[in-house]
Amino acid sequence: MEKIIYMDNAATTSTGRAALDAMIPVLEKDYGNPSSLHQLGQQAADLLADARKKIASSIGAQPDEIYFTSGGTEADNWAITQIARAGAEKGKKHIISTAFEHHAVLHTLKRLEKSGFTVTLLDVHKDGIVRVDELEAAIRPDTCLVTVMYANNEIGTVQPIAEIGAVCRKHGIPFHTDAVQAVGHLPIDVQKEKIDLLSMSAHKFHGPKGIGALYCRRGIRLTNFIEGGAQERGKRGGTENLPAICGMAAALEDACKGMDERAKRVAAMRDRIIDGIVQNIPHVLVNGDREHRLPGNVNICFEGIEGESLLLRLDLEGICASSGSACTSGSLDPSHVLLAIGLPKEVAHGSLRLTLDEGNTEQEVDYLLHVLPGIVSGLRDMSPVWEEMMAAENN
Amino acid sequence: MAMGYSEKVRDHFANPRNVGKLDNADGIGEVGNAVCGDIMKIYLKIDGDVISDVRFNTFGCGAAIATSSMATEMIKGKPIDEALKLTNRAVVEALDGLPPAKLHCSVLAEQAVKAAVADYYQKKGLPVPEECVSSCGGDCAHCCG
Repeated sequence: MEKIIYMDNAATTSTGRAALDAMIPVLEKDYGNPSSLHQLGQQAADLLADARKKIASSIGAQPDEIYFTSGGTEADNWAITQIARAGAEKGKKHIISTAFEHHAVLHTLKRLEKSGFTVTLLDVHKDGIVRVDELEAAIRPDTCLVTVMYANNEIGTVQPIAEIGAVCRKHGIPFHTDAVQAVGHLPIDVQKEKIDLLSMSAHKFHGPKGIGALYCRRGIRLTNFIEGGAQERGKRGGTENLPAICGMAAALEDACKGMDERAKRVAAMRDRIIDGIVQNIPHVLVNGDREHRLPGNVNICFEGIEGESLLLRLDLEGICASSGSACTSGSLDPSHVLLAIGLPKEVAHGSLRLTLDEGNTEQEVDYLLHVLPGIVSGLRDMSPVWEEMMAAENN
Repeated sequence: MAMGYSEKVRDHFANPRNVGKLDNADGIGEVGNAVCGDIMKIYLKIDGDVISDVRFNTFGCGAAIATSSMATEMIKGKPIDEALKLTNRAVVEALDGLPPAKLHCSVLAEQAVKAAVADYYQKKGLPVPEECVSSCGGDCAHCCG
């Protein structure tokens, strides 16, 4: 099989060497249960404590503020439902979020709406950035939670998290951020940024799948999510997934080392791709602000073609990408993120997302920029939508 | 390939047959819309009552392109009345199946052929055969909503 060029790191990343080296010994020999009192158990307990410490320090938190979960989705569900429940007990049933959150957040909010909560979804504007003044204006006396993602998974736009944190702290409202795309890629300090709750997922930063964490600041009341044993201070029962937890901690520690330098190198490849496409292919739209953007995110709409056929043609050339077209979502509507930034549906169908990381090379970027124009013009040549666009342009 | 596509779908997507347009086509049929994410346009050349040549242009996903390609192969050189018997199921079978979410693409291919034949009759000032009438009514949500 030919070499695969993997440009879908926002979907998942490869399991890194650091994670593997941390996990394999735990799978092979440190099989003790951290709750057991004998020496094998205590070795496991030490590994667990060490992992918790590493993860906490990578975001400026304390170890007892970290709760392990099965991933980002569970952390989002936990944070939102439990803070909402605490709010409801005080008669506060209003939540502020944004229109382009991940479905782990949006669908949880939908369920809360059915049980009597009111949700304000903030506009994310054409550039894919929330306005802090609009957020502050949306705050009501009964607002019990603000949840705004750190960086968007599709268009990569990074939100003004520290400013949002300051506004929420000023009004005494718990602030949760889904930081699944940001942790391990951007420097995060939960204290400086006044973040009360944060969700993360290991497989987005070269850790294993099926493991994540919820950070919850001391002083924020977090009710139990899974009843059972005393694991996670009784709030999430069930024997810990220790191999994955150790892999996650090692991956995050590795990701935080030399983060700035790595981000610069990845951002340079990102910009070369965006500039190369914009300069060489007509009728394209770059989605999301170019400055406040994850280092590895490229998201572009190609007018007149449909995204799934584009990504399948790229797949035939060995390039793994993703698209927000309806055909890839299994519904009639294209990505809610692209609609939230105001794209017409027919344009949103033609989106392509390429997400890079430090494993990608300049040669891979060259290859992509070499094959993409031909694929796009080939699909446009057989597109009645493109034909119509060109006819209108020539008249 | 991705999305659970069969080898035949993959082949017709990677190397679509009969792509393009026909100058002086005797019948042109266009179905679908860009808002829903797929449009198919089929061009027919008709000699006597036989479809002597056919081309297609499609805006859509891998399945939409593959079903367009297969449908054109299945009607090329066939008498009109036989082409009108082309069902979406036959196209799907010829492609060794499609994922459930993609079945609507095959309906679109069947409708595009019928619309092109209907156009041929209209251009000739002849009554449009009943078989040309679309069964879907263009309601995309009905099939894939």
